[in-house]
Amino acid sequence: MTRPAAADTVAALAAETAAVADPAAAARPAGAAPETRPRPARSGAGRDRTVRVASGQGFWGDWQEAPKLQVRRGPVDYVMLDYLAEITMSIMQKQRARNPDAGYARDFVLLMEDLAADLIDGGVRVVSNAGGVNPVGCRNELGFALAGRPLARRPAVAVITGDDLMDDLDDLIAAGHELRHMETGAPLATVRDRVAAANVYLGAEPIIEALEQGADIVVAGRSTDTALTYAPLMYEFGWRADDWDRLAHGVVAGHINECGCQASGGNSLVDWREIDLVLPGYPIIEAEADGAFVVTKHPGLGGRVTRATVSEQLLYELGDPREYITPDVIADFSTIRLRDLGEDRVRIEGVAGRPRTDRLKVSIAYHAGYKAVGTLTYAWPDALEKARRADEILRGRLDHLGLEFDEIRTEFVGAGACHGPLAGDPPADVPEVMLRVGVRSEDRHAVSRFSREIAPLILAGPPSVTGFADGRPRVREVVAYWPALIDREAVERRVLVETIKL
Amino acid sequence: MRVRLGEVAFARSGDKGDTANIGLIAFGDDVYPILEKQVTAHRVKKYFKGICDGEVERFELPNLRALNFLLHRSLGGGGTVSLMLDAQGKTFSTALLRMEIDIPEDVLRRGGGVGSERGAEREAADGTARESGSD
Repeated sequence: MTRPAAADTVAALAAETAAVADPAAAARPAGAAPETRPRPARSGAGRDRTVRVASGQGFWGDWQEAPKLQVRRGPVDYVMLDYLAEITMSIMQKQRARNPDAGYARDFVLLMEDLAADLIDGGVRVVSNAGGVNPVGCRNELGFALAGRPLARRPAVAVITGDDLMDDLDDLIAAGHELRHMETGAPLATVRDRVAAANVYLGAEPIIEALEQGADIVVAGRSTDTALTYAPLMYEFGWRADDWDRLAHGVVAGHINECGCQASGGNSLVDWREIDLVLPGYPIIEAEADGAFVVTKHPGLGGRVTRATVSEQLLYELGDPREYITPDVIADFSTIRLRDLGEDRVRIEGVAGRPRTDRLKVSIAYHAGYKAVGTLTYAWPDALEKARRADEILRGRLDHLGLEFDEIRTEFVGAGACHGPLAGDPPADVPEVMLRVGVRSEDRHAVSRFSREIAPLILAGPPSVTGFADGRPRVREVVAYWPALIDREAVERRVLVETIKL
Repeated sequence: MRVRLGEVAFARSGDKGDTANIGLIAFGDDVYPILEKQVTAHRVKKYFKGICDGEVERFELPNLRALNFLLHRSLGGGGTVSLMLDAQGKTFSTALLRMEIDIPEDVLRRGGGVGSERGAEREAADGTARESGSD
């Protein structure tokens, strides 16, 4: 069977690395041995049929029932679960700093506990980036959760590591990798001492390797969102790593799946009143070996898949449509051909791809000061005028204290906070307006002092005020995002895939 | 006839750092060229005055009847740095749909034009599939 040559390389390197150091071994549950049996010659086995990859989670905190409905309400081959956004990694890094066993999506463990029997019985495989900054910790917790569960067979769980560059940053910088900010061009050295997390976006290769090792459940860290969908397709159909057009189809499928319900009627503008979102069906990709696929959902569930809902998602967070860059291919969204087949089926074909670049994106998080946001609500009459006056008073008091902020931002919720000047003047008799003031500073003390200046406005400010039940605004650390690029060969050899039975 | 964009198009917006993107999608094939002509990057930049501090880029996707706008320096620093209520620019989509454009009455009368979203759903209900405008 043809397998992507690059996956072979990863496998070989992983085996080599495993012989040198096996970081997972120390944390492996007692009695569990690494999977040693030869890989099932399975790649390409799905060539003659359609492969169904269901979207189960679009972000950390998404609807927990969605993946259960995907598995239980109709046939699917894979469920992809995307937990990571740009800021999620820094939150998880913070959690791991407090507790070395934490730093992954705990929701995922609870979900797998609930779904394991369905997955094993139905032969449904899960591909996720639930590992966050601690994929091994995630697998270990999964081991404890599934231990002793009566399952038809023990699930094989793969862990993908090597995306975490935190411990090697200084070496990489010393070796000439400047990790310049993709927007500002500044080298990482300017914030090096404040870096909280650094992870390279991995593509399909390690996921394919995990599936070849026989994994029922794949736990990756900073895998790209789209790879969670197209890696199973590459594996099932035996797509070569340089089959650019087919890979580009996979990327489009991944882009549709990665935001969950946003492609099947959630957050969709056209006919939104008519879409039943109580128990929505999340999107399902029905792919064919040549790359073309249908976006659909399970019948009997809410949601809607039309040209409109799919188009909206295709445009979501899009940059230059001709250059949708992933670790595996550059997809050209201007070549997508869409056809609404009716009955919640939209077909996509014609997508062109170009060779992958020789660099990978790195997601870096760094400490960038503190912020706090305070709110108070002013009621009719003259609600907006009262809120404005309160803002003037607050700013006067901050001046009086001589506090310095990088930014103070005032918004009037209910009077143009979303659309600003484009919303025009609010009605004179607006029933209430929420004053929302945020500050940001390198100086924690200044932000903390600000948080004590909101409550006094209740008794020593304009009248008809309410909405202070939650107490003083919380001072939050700002962990900012630093996107950068790095040479592929500087990091790819670090990637390790290990599958064990739990 | 002068109408709001929201009468003939729909949109979704999101963020990449301090840049907001707005995907603007025409309801029908005959609306798309009108959008391409009237909703220029220059006009969107002027329209978002006081919100967008950077450049506006526009990309055309006739295959999706869509325009994609990138509004640089629009999100108060973006991500976790931003103090904005809408730090991810999620509501920029409907802000753009407030913009007014000129539409010939016959296009408007057809409810968004040939091959419109609503038309597509009617046809789909009749069991007839329909190719997209670029086919």
